[in-house]
Amino acid sequence: MMTLLNILLLLLVAISIPGVINRTRALLAGRKGIRFVQHLYNVRLLLRKGAVYSTTTSALFRFTPSVYLGAAVMALLFVPVGDLPPVMSFDGDLIAFAYTLALGRVALVLAAMDTGSPFEGMGASREALYGALAEPAMMLIMATMALISGNTSFESLFGEGEGVELRYTIVLLLASYTLIKLVFTESGRVPVDDPRTHLELTMIHEVMCLDYSGVDLGMIKIAGWLKTASLSMLAADTFCAAVGWGWWAAAPLAVLLSGVPIGVVESTQARNKLVRNTTFILTIAALAALVFFTGYLMQLNIVLE
Amino acid sequence: MELYYITNNTSAAVPLDRIPEIPYAAFYEDMHRKLAEQRYHIAHYFARPEEGRMKMYCLLLDDEESRVMITSYSTDYYDETELPSLTALHPQVHPFERDITERYGIRFDAMPWNKPLRFPFDRFDRKSSMDNYPFYHMEGQNLHEVNVGPIHAGIIEPGAFRFICSGEEVLHLEIALGYQHRGVEHEFETTDNRLRQICLAESVAGDSSVTHATAFTEAVEKLTGVERRTELDRERGVALELERMAMQIADTGALSMDVGYQLGQVACEALRTMTINTTQAWCGNRFGKTLIRPHGTNHPLTPEKAAMIRKNVGQIVRRYKEVHEDLKSSPTVLARLEQCGIVPLNQMAEIGGVGQAARASGLKRDIRMTHPWGVFAKCQHHESIIKTQGDVMARLMMRCREVEQSAGYIDTLLQNYEQKYVPSGTTLPAPDYTAPLAASHLSFGLIEGWRGECCHVVITDAKGRIATARIKDPSLHNWAALALAVRGEGISDFPICNKSFNLSYCGHDL
Repeated sequence: MMTLLNILLLLLVAISIPGVINRTRALLAGRKGIRFVQHLYNVRLLLRKGAVYSTTTSALFRFTPSVYLGAAVMALLFVPVGDLPPVMSFDGDLIAFAYTLALGRVALVLAAMDTGSPFEGMGASREALYGALAEPAMMLIMATMALISGNTSFESLFGEGEGVELRYTIVLLLASYTLIKLVFTESGRVPVDDPRTHLELTMIHEVMCLDYSGVDLGMIKIAGWLKTASLSMLAADTFCAAVGWGWWAAAPLAVLLSGVPIGVVESTQARNKLVRNTTFILTIAALAALVFFTGYLMQLNIVLE
Repeated sequence: MELYYITNNTSAAVPLDRIPEIPYAAFYEDMHRKLAEQRYHIAHYFARPEEGRMKMYCLLLDDEESRVMITSYSTDYYDETELPSLTALHPQVHPFERDITERYGIRFDAMPWNKPLRFPFDRFDRKSSMDNYPFYHMEGQNLHEVNVGPIHAGIIEPGAFRFICSGEEVLHLEIALGYQHRGVEHEFETTDNRLRQICLAESVAGDSSVTHATAFTEAVEKLTGVERRTELDRERGVALELERMAMQIADTGALSMDVGYQLGQVACEALRTMTINTTQAWCGNRFGKTLIRPHGTNHPLTPEKAAMIRKNVGQIVRRYKEVHEDLKSSPTVLARLEQCGIVPLNQMAEIGGVGQAARASGLKRDIRMTHPWGVFAKCQHHESIIKTQGDVMARLMMRCREVEQSAGYIDTLLQNYEQKYVPSGTTLPAPDYTAPLAASHLSFGLIEGWRGECCHVVITDAKGRIATARIKDPSLHNWAALALAVRGEGISDFPICNKSFNLSYCGHDL
């Protein structure tokens, strides 16, 4: 029962985040804006259409949307909402989560290379580079949480039980902040990528999907929401674990923690120059390292008296 | 020997027999020397068949003494000797020599890169087509080619861009245009209907219809020899500056959009609409079509209209200044635009850059200042804004400051207008499309549009009909600047470099 609630809340979060981003941007631009669920209508339209395939592509290209969506769904199953139990849980699912997402990324990169288009090749190379740079940050955060709780599954990390000690609050808050920053890079938002741009030469994620149409494009878009939702939910979980709130707070927090900042940043900031993205992502990794070492030092019980 | 017929931008048309015809050797020698100096650049250089011979005319501009220097040389019909090419010495001659070769098969010796320019229907070499365009190639294991276009996403016009990159870095960009060629110049020669011709001029490039219409009207009015009313000059000045404001604001918004800066984008989109709607409220067309007509106007400025324009422009510029401040003080925008797409002064001078792009690189090219005409020659002294950085940010700031400057001019012009002319109750005449043109004359209209210097040359035959019309849009010079700007930059910076120039495809392709 609780598991069902967990998955429902996750789906709700996945649907709400794009809506919140759009509302925030419209509000800040002084526009009326599109309706909250417009993205659902757009995807419904895509799902009703057939798909067109370029003759230069192979079966790999056709499999990819399923693999990408499958990986995103799979990753979502590991994620708990606050102290609710996730669908799947085992020791080490932290690692499984990270690499399931990576599997989806690899599939998309390969499919982009498969089209033989120079644009998509460039997009694939950028995605692979930024993916590789973001991975240490992700793993360090996971390691921190495993370290301070002594567990390697999300359920035991955030689930009911003794919880984490009070002194780790600051570490967890920082970890939550780092995860939010990862949401920006992983879901291809300003300042790393710009999902709204029409300029193929500057795109990262979007350019890899240029050859997809109809159902396939719809699946990739849904996978994108799910991916954003699972990462934001982890950030919200970490935050709730730090302040001791339950699932009732985690779900709305996940929407607000990523939706509002993304909307604000996209309205008020310009995108990075592409070469500076590397620095930006490495800064996140540095922050994650800082979080890890702080956690580690506290673990060693070094107390200033 | 007299090499040039010297005139200026306000004098009357030139009789064809007064233009000296010199041997090519003398032409070559003198151009070689003159173009090495920054004060000289070519405004137009074209060929025209004349009585069984091919005659080449060249208009050279002298920025320091406000002179327009006209000269010509000719070759015989059956003469196939190759003329030594000027392009090798002065790259700014490149597009003109390409055009001459393409149309009439005149060959230039040792021309570094004589590729087709715009594929006209009646080109000399029918075998050259877009399908066998001689793209530049480089070999190397680490190099890859990226082809963009000619079909573009969005509303961009067709043009093929081929990048040779090493990873993300652009080593070379080649721009192949000509897809928009419609034969505009030829159309001027096929009709005697003056109204039709001026409508054609308005449609040379949709974003500079006032510029092209003014340039053509200038050329025609000079040929009729009738002095035009001072009020007309003022109205045209206001129209031109309104167009400049609208386009510079639109480009500020477009650049903001391309770097993902939403606030700048939405603010500028709104302001640009206000500006073009002001033009619409004046003449019924948002781009100022129907506004510029020879010897008169269909849309005289009434005191009410003048007051409306002043009020709107004041409001636009007040809001635009806020955007200007925001752009200047936003660290993310600065980080994105500064030090990006730099064209240094010496390169800009070599390719003969014009307009705001040249001024952003420190090159003083502004017809309003160097060769003033109309209202700028009479009462509105113009001092150009010059920046020296030559990067995307400099071109953006150039736009911001020019909008504010133009708004100031519009305000002053309209204020004077109301005080001096309207109370006397004079009404402007309706346009005159029938005034006879002087026979066998060459006349030119040289105008600083928002993008840069625009030049229309009109030559009449013995019966006083327009026999040849030659148009030069500033883009013809400046496309080369874009290719230079992206050299060594990341390929992902190409869109903002491109937008910072915002050159015309149809103006180039004619």
